[in-house]
Amino acid sequence: MRVFVALVLQRPVSGSGTLKSKESAVNIGSSIEPVVFAVFAVLTLVAGFLVVANPISRNPVTSAMFLVLTILSVAGLFVLLGAFFLAAVQVLVYAGAVIVLFLFVVMVWGGDGVERGKLRKFAMVVGGASLAVFLTLLGGALTGAGQDTKVGLTEGGARSLGELLINRHLLAFELMALMLLAAVIGSVFLGRKDNK
Amino acid sequence: MTVGLNHYLAVSGLLFCIGLAGVLFRRNLLVVYMCIEMMLAAASLALVAFSRFRGDLDGQVLALLVISVAAAEVAVGLALIVAVCRRGLKPTADELAGMKL
Amino acid sequence: MPAIEQLVWGILLLPLISAAGITLFGLRRPRLAGVLSVGAAAGVAVLSLLVFTGTPFGEWWECSAEWLSVGELNVPVALRFDPLSLTMGLIVAWVSFVIHVYSLGYMRGDRGFGRYFAGLSLFLFSMLLIVLAGNLLVLFIGWELVGVSSYLLIGFWYQRPAAADASKKAFLLNRLGDFGFLVGLLLVWSKTGTVDISELECKLALDPGLLGSLATAAGLLIFCGVLGKSAQFPLHVWLPDAMEGPTPVSALIHAATMVAAGVYLLCRVFFLLALPGSAALELIAWVGAFTALLAAVIATQQDDIKRILAYSTLSQLGYMVMAVGASSVSQPPVAAMYHLSTHACFKALLFLGAGSVICAVHHEQNIWRMGALGKKMPVTFVTFLIAALALAGVPPLSGFFSKESILASVLESNVAARHALFAVAVAVAALTGFYMTRLVAVTFFGPERTQIAGQARESGMILTIPLLILAVPSAFAGFWGIDSAYASQFKGAAVEHAGVFGRIAAAFTHSPVATLWGLGAAIVGIVTGLAVYWNAATDRLPEKLGLVAGWARNRFYFDELYAALNEATHEFLSRLADGVDRWVISGIMVRGVHGSIELAGRLLRLTQTGNIQIHAVLLGAGIAILLLIVLRH
Repeated sequence: MRVFVALVLQRPVSGSGTLKSKESAVNIGSSIEPVVFAVFAVLTLVAGFLVVANPISRNPVTSAMFLVLTILSVAGLFVLLGAFFLAAVQVLVYAGAVIVLFLFVVMVWGGDGVERGKLRKFAMVVGGASLAVFLTLLGGALTGAGQDTKVGLTEGGARSLGELLINRHLLAFELMALMLLAAVIGSVFLGRKDNK
Repeated sequence: MTVGLNHYLAVSGLLFCIGLAGVLFRRNLLVVYMCIEMMLAAASLALVAFSRFRGDLDGQVLALLVISVAAAEVAVGLALIVAVCRRGLKPTADELAGMKL
Repeated sequence: MPAIEQLVWGILLLPLISAAGITLFGLRRPRLAGVLSVGAAAGVAVLSLLVFTGTPFGEWWECSAEWLSVGELNVPVALRFDPLSLTMGLIVAWVSFVIHVYSLGYMRGDRGFGRYFAGLSLFLFSMLLIVLAGNLLVLFIGWELVGVSSYLLIGFWYQRPAAADASKKAFLLNRLGDFGFLVGLLLVWSKTGTVDISELECKLALDPGLLGSLATAAGLLIFCGVLGKSAQFPLHVWLPDAMEGPTPVSALIHAATMVAAGVYLLCRVFFLLALPGSAALELIAWVGAFTALLAAVIATQQDDIKRILAYSTLSQLGYMVMAVGASSVSQPPVAAMYHLSTHACFKALLFLGAGSVICAVHHEQNIWRMGALGKKMPVTFVTFLIAALALAGVPPLSGFFSKESILASVLESNVAARHALFAVAVAVAALTGFYMTRLVAVTFFGPERTQIAGQARESGMILTIPLLILAVPSAFAGFWGIDSAYASQFKGAAVEHAGVFGRIAAAFTHSPVATLWGLGAAIVGIVTGLAVYWNAATDRLPEKLGLVAGWARNRFYFDELYAALNEATHEFLSRLADGVDRWVISGIMVRGVHGSIELAGRLLRLTQTGNIQIHAVLLGAGIAILLLIVLRH
C-alpha cells in the first residue's frame, strides 16, 4: 500500500507540495498527464466494479480490498487535479480509518459473505431502469458540453485549504466538527452492550 | 490530447453509477456501505474536478466536507450494523424489514 | 248596497269568531261553546237570508278586501254574490243551523263538547268561504279548511282506532285530489294570469282558445279536487268510513258541506269546463255515472244504517256530477245544483233521523238488529219516510223534481253516448228506490229483532224539532223554484216563473220520457224492495244474487284493492329506497370510496415492503425521474 501511495505521489511531485505556477502544471500535464489519468481512471472503474460485482468472490473482505484500490485511484486522480491535501486526507481517512473499521466489523460479525435472499424482479427492473437513465443523462450531458480544459487551474495544499476553511467556510467547518461529534456520540450509544 | 473536465466527470459519473448499482443490487449491508463510500468518493472527485477547472478552492473545501461526512456516516452506520448483529440478525438488507407496514 | 256589504262579512266572521272563541275559552265550558256556535250558525242563517232577499233576482255583485299581493298575482279576499252562491249559501247556512241545533242534543254530555262545536264552526266557516269565494285561490283555502275540519270532526272520537283511521283516510284522499286541484289552479293562473272568477270568465268569454290545448287538462285537474272532496270514483272510499264521526257531522258532511263543495265547484267553474275543445265534461259525466251505479249497488247490501246512507250519498253525488258532465253551454248544470240543494235537505234529514234512531237503540247501527221502530218513534219515522221517499224520487216530494230534471238533462245532453248515460241514471234511480225501501222496511217495520229495538223510545224535542224543520224543505222544495234561482246564474238557461201547480205540470210536460222512466224506475225499485224485505227476518237477497251480493257487501273490495295497491307501491318504493341505499349510497358511495381508497392503499402498500433495498431502488427511481424532468426542460 505504501508503495502505491508513493507511486501516486511521485508523479506530480516534480512540482513539490506547495503552490505551482499554472504554466508548469500545464507543461507537465501535456506530456504525461493523459497516460496517468487513463491509468487511474481505468483502475478506479475496474476496482469499483470489482467491489460491486466480483465474479470470483463474494466475500466482503474482497470487496473491502477493492474499495481500498478504488479509493487510492481516486486519490491519484485528486493528485492529478492538484488537490494534494485532499488526496492525502482521502488516503488517510478511507484507507487508514474507514477500511480498518469495515474489516473489523466484517471479521467480527458479517464475515460469512453469503448473499441471503433474492433480489426481487421489481427492484431489478426499476433499479436497472434508473441506472440506465442516469447513464444516458450523464452521456448526454458530457457529449453535449464542450471540452473545458484551460480555465483557471488551481492547486490546493494544506495551507491554502486551511485558510479557506477558517475564513470563508468557517461556519461549514464548525458544523462539520459538530457533526463529527454527533457521529462519535451516536456510534458510542449504538455500540453499547445493553442497547437492546 | 489533453485531459479536460469532462474526462474527470465521466469517471466520476461512472463510479457513481457503479456504486449506485451496488447499493441497489447487493444485499450485504457492509458491501452496500462500501458502495455508498464509493458514491461519495465519486461525488468528491467531481467536486475537485470542478474546483480545478473553475479556478478556486471552494470545490475542494466541499470535497473535504464530503469526506468528513463519509467518515461520520461510516462510523454511525457500522455502529448500526453492530447493533443489528447484536440482536441476532444477519447484516443483510432482507433481514431489516422493520419498516414493513 | 252598503248595508248588505256590512252584513256579508258577518256571514264569514261569525263562525270564525265562534271557532276561535270556543278554542280559546270554551273547550271546558260546554254551555258557552254551544251558545257561541249555535248563535253563530243562527246569525249566519239570518244574515244569508237577508243578503239573499236583499239581492235582486238574477243579479250579482262582489265585495273584496286586499289580502295577497305577490308580483303580478293580486288576490283580494273577494266575495261573490250571484244566484249560485247566494242560493247555495242559504242552503248551507240553514241546513248547518239545523244540524247545529240537533248537535246540542245529540252531543250532550260528551267530554269533547266544546271541541266538537269549535270544529263545527270551523267547518261552517270554511264551507261558506268556498261558496262565497270570488276567486279561486280563496276558494282553495276554504277547500283545504274543509279538509282540515272534516279531519277534526271525523276523528272526533279519536280514542277509537276506526275513527282515527277514517279521519286520516279522508284527509289523505282529499289531499290527493286537492293536489290536482292546486296544479289545475296554477295552470289556469299561468295561462290566463288571473284567479278571479269573474275576470277569468270574461277573459275566456272573449278568447275561448286562451287555454289552448290545455283546456281539457285544466278542467280535469280541477275535477281532481272534486274527485277527492265529492268522493267520486276512484277516491270514493273515504266517505263511507267517515261514518265513524258523530252522526250530525255525517249529516253535515253529506248534506250541505264538504261533498257538496265538489259539485258546487264544478258549477262555479263550469265556463272553464265547457270551453270548446275541452273533453273534460264527457269524462266527468262517465265518472259520475260509474260512481252513482257502483255506490247504489253497494248500498243495497250494507247493514249499517249510516253506511247505507253514505253510499246513497255517494250515489247521488255521482248523479250530480254526471248531470254536470252532461251539461253544456246551451244547457247549463242547473239540474245538478237543483239536486244538490234538495239532496242537502233530505240527506241531512235522513242522517239526523238515523242519528235519532241510533240514539234510541243505544248506539246500535246494524239495521238487522232494529225493527218495528215506526210505532215507537213516530216523528222520526214520518220525517225519515218523507226524506227516503224524496230520495227515491216520489212525487211530489222535492227529490222527484230534481231527479227528473237530471234525467231530462242527461237525455237532452250533447254527450255522444247519452242513451247509455240515461240507462245508467234510470238504473240508479231504481236501485235508489230499492235500497231506501230496504232501509225503511227493515228499520221501521217488521218484527222487533232484538230486545233493545223493543225498548226504543222517541227522542227528545231537541232532536225531533230539527227533523221537523228539515222535513219541510225535503217535502216542498220542489215547489219553490230553486232551479229558476240557479238558472238565472247561467246565460242560456230558461228561467221559468211558474206557480206550484205549474211546476208539477212542467215536470211532466217538459220532458215526459225522462220523467216517466224515472218514476217507473222508482216504483219498480220500491215495489221490489217491499217484496223482498217486507217483514223479512234476514236479508234474503244474497241467496238470490249470490256472488254479486257478496261483492256489494264487501264494497267491491275497493278498500282491499287500494290497501293491496298501497302495500305493493309501498313495498316497491321501500325496496327501491332500500336498493338505492344499499347499492348506490352504501355500496357505490360509501363502500366505493372506502374501497377505492383501500385499494389504492393496498397498491401503495406493495411498494412499502419494509425492505430497505426496495426503498433505495425507489429513491433512485425518484431521483431519476426528477432528473429527467429537470434536465429535459
